[in-house]
Amino acid sequence: MSFFVESFSRALELFLSADPELFAIVRTSLATSGIAVAIASALAIPAGIVIALTPFAVKEALRHGLNALMALPTVVVGLVLYGILSRQGPLGSTNLLFTPWAIVIGQTLLVIPLLLNLIWTAVQTADPRITFTCRTLGASRSQQAIIVFHECRLAVVAATILAFGRAIGEVGVAMMLGGNIAGYTRTMTTAIALETSKGEFALGLALGLVLLMVALLTNLALGLLGKRPE
Amino acid sequence: MKNLLLISLLITTAIVARAEEHLRLATTTSTSDSGLLPAINPTFEKQAGVKVDVIAVGSGKALALGRNGDVDVLLTHDPLAEESFMADGVGVGRQAVMENDFVIVGPASDPAGVGQAVSAADAISRIAKAKAWFVSRGDKSGTHVKEQALFNAAAVSADAAWYLSAGQGMAPVLQIADQKPAYTLADRGTWLALRGKLGLKLLYAGDPILVNPYHLMRVNPARHPTTNAKLAEAYANFLTGAEGQGLISTFKVDGEVLFRPTAGK
Repeated sequence: MSFFVESFSRALELFLSADPELFAIVRTSLATSGIAVAIASALAIPAGIVIALTPFAVKEALRHGLNALMALPTVVVGLVLYGILSRQGPLGSTNLLFTPWAIVIGQTLLVIPLLLNLIWTAVQTADPRITFTCRTLGASRSQQAIIVFHECRLAVVAATILAFGRAIGEVGVAMMLGGNIAGYTRTMTTAIALETSKGEFALGLALGLVLLMVALLTNLALGLLGKRPE
Repeated sequence: MKNLLLISLLITTAIVARAEEHLRLATTTSTSDSGLLPAINPTFEKQAGVKVDVIAVGSGKALALGRNGDVDVLLTHDPLAEESFMADGVGVGRQAVMENDFVIVGPASDPAGVGQAVSAADAISRIAKAKAWFVSRGDKSGTHVKEQALFNAAAVSADAAWYLSAGQGMAPVLQIADQKPAYTLADRGTWLALRGKLGLKLLYAGDPILVNPYHLMRVNPARHPTTNAKLAEAYANFLTGAEGQGLISTFKVDGEVLFRPTAGK
């Protein structure tokens, strides 16, 4: 029991003292996952709406493919991208491996299937009368998409929060592509893995609690963003 | 939406703001987990105005990163693998940096009688004979390679009934050994750094076969032109020079010196 009490007070202490090392770790985590989710959303939200509204031949197969990709282990994403970003690999000259950008790329690819799938489902399960009404009122296809987006915005925010949660909580991509470099690519999850392996269980758990607090605050902020249009 | 743009712009600049040069060092977990590199690298970073990115993995993986040209310089402790790394022309400028030794640790009750062993190989045969739990790194690290050499010297083969291949770094393996409890082979640096948290005891040390030399190699710029050869050389000179060697000789954990400097020997 003292293990948890000690960890919890350690977490509070770390959080309140604004420890610069902890601050750097939290910032790296927030920045990489934030940018990854921003890029993924910019691509996947419009794509998801278009896919949902457009009938085409291999739609069912695409759905199954996306479902399978949602189960992709993060280390597999890390491994494949390591092969691509390594100096031996096709994109080796970009020198991105072991930088925060490598983590951004990995997490972006990790959450795109998730976002696509959720947005697609949200649009598909939205009231079918929306698109019907739009058409009878003579809305163009892009106008229809905008209206649908507006109607589904809460689901879109929920999907973004879920994607952010997957990104900031994953360890495989951050470890393999970032390399857990102190003060540079060390994220909250790789720091937890390292501290645990060093036997610093209390510190590891404290970092875990910090991760939870940060996730909570970020989700509250995202939640407010979703409410604003009302 | 405007806010969102602003926020992402802010975090982008936070990431991009790193004009300084980076040197990538792949090394074993022992040099990093023991606290050695965090203690001595800042001196070099200040002098050269660069950041040293320490990627701490097992020696096997460190050498693989070197072969792929993903790092600039290596500090490892697997002499045989290092020699083939050099022979293949992937590495240049291999030099001794420091050494310590491996120790055999285990439960304080010592069911296999390792404390009475006359040699490292004898210690291993005693563990095998008693079928006492033994945790192996199992990750092709320098420590794992040394362990296999000891098993060969003792002419015993690992048996799943008592031999656990963990596939993890030194610190996690010590944790596993502590929980079983089991015997394991550890580098002295990580052992000293962790022993305060463990119920294990040092049971055997001192056989010359247990010496653990660390060498530095630079990735051959002719093979991988994108590596930062100049910085790698500066780092090599620092680490094997008077200043780096001095810092190594005075680095202590728990009041004990962890590594003996060996440059030029």
